[in-house]
Amino acid sequence: MKELLLVLVGSALVNNVVLSQFLGLCPFLGVSKQVKTAASMGGAVIFVITIASAVTSLIYDFVLVPLHLEFSQTIVFITVIAALVQTVEMFLKKTSPGLYQALGVYLPLITTNCAVLGVALNNVKYEYVAAKMGAMGFVTSVVNGFATAVGFTIAIVLLAGIRERIAYNDIPKPFQGAPIVLLTACLMAIAFFGFAGLI
Amino acid sequence: MNKCVERIYNGVVKENPTFILMLGMCPTLAVTTSAFNGLGMGLSTMVVLVASNLLISLLRKVIPDKVRIPAYIVVVATLVTVVELLIKAFIPSLYDALGLYIPLIVVNCIILGRAEAYASKNPPLLSAMDGIGMGLGFSLALTLIGFFRELVGEGTILSGTPLSMSLPEVYEPVTIFVLAPGAFLVLALIIAALNALHIKNNGNQKVEGCDGNCCSCSSARECASGKQNGGGR
Repeated sequence: MKELLLVLVGSALVNNVVLSQFLGLCPFLGVSKQVKTAASMGGAVIFVITIASAVTSLIYDFVLVPLHLEFSQTIVFITVIAALVQTVEMFLKKTSPGLYQALGVYLPLITTNCAVLGVALNNVKYEYVAAKMGAMGFVTSVVNGFATAVGFTIAIVLLAGIRERIAYNDIPKPFQGAPIVLLTACLMAIAFFGFAGLI
Repeated sequence: MNKCVERIYNGVVKENPTFILMLGMCPTLAVTTSAFNGLGMGLSTMVVLVASNLLISLLRKVIPDKVRIPAYIVVVATLVTVVELLIKAFIPSLYDALGLYIPLIVVNCIILGRAEAYASKNPPLLSAMDGIGMGLGFSLALTLIGFFRELVGEGTILSGTPLSMSLPEVYEPVTIFVLAPGAFLVLALIIAALNALHIKNNGNQKVEGCDGNCCSCSSARECASGKQNGGGR
């Protein structure tokens, strides 16, 4: 239980996926104009990454390892993730139109979100696998995926909040657009160093 | 032949993937702790990019339109695995430094972006040239960012290469530049400097309209919800 809690805090805050691992920067910079859309994107990411880390963990343990195909994990994972996102999209469209409306446009964009593939590869790299941890490997992978996605959501919602304020300020011309957003992210990354003492 | 040169100029200057299009941000910020790492990442990406552009251009009449994106992803993922295994075997130090970001070349938007926007519509030679141009532009940008971060953050120049030098002892390195915030800061300053140059050259006009840069485009959201067919990819 204690290990899971450590993974949760570690992945969500200390090693924040965007601000210290630099994964998922495109949506982080692109969809952070308004808090509301940022939160929807965050929701979609939590949803997809949690499912994706569960599925890739099972595939790694029960298909790749028995067949000694670990070296092909990149190809297998990205294909599975792309197929998964499509399936989730079709499934949501049929079963819960409300949720589909909320997450809809963001789902296809998530395929190219490197955080999804990053988490799947990290789960293997940190050895959250059956060979090392038994059934806990699967649980830890899912928790790690969920926590990483929560970290992404925290970061993108915070950035959106700041950008909403910045929008009305008088920014020097050369810094308008991307540079000011990157500077904001820089300050956020410094602030997130504060969490380093948590673990 | 002129067209080939034009492709390379286009990739390095006119549509520089990092500074102008702002594609492939994750490796740009993550691995540029030194010029050597930046160059290594840039060249690995370039190899994948040239090979994928060439293959996809050759296969462009074979791949059905409906499944083209999954087909491209599989081609790119295979090439990335090849490059990953090669780096692991021959340059282990680079493999350790780049780590997770080598497999993540698969989801680098530059590669899928060029496949979709250029290689799927143009003949093999030009596509390969386009890959070289874009790859050079990307490598150059990463090396530049890495150079500044290394200089300020570590007080060394081109460490890891035969040209390695270090600043005099008096200089106290600003460690934060090689940590996460430094990446954001250096990129922000470089883009701001380029913007300032652009404004100076073209009066006070900033370029409006879609330049394929969804990461920093104000209407990326409308763009994504409205049409899924190009520009942003």
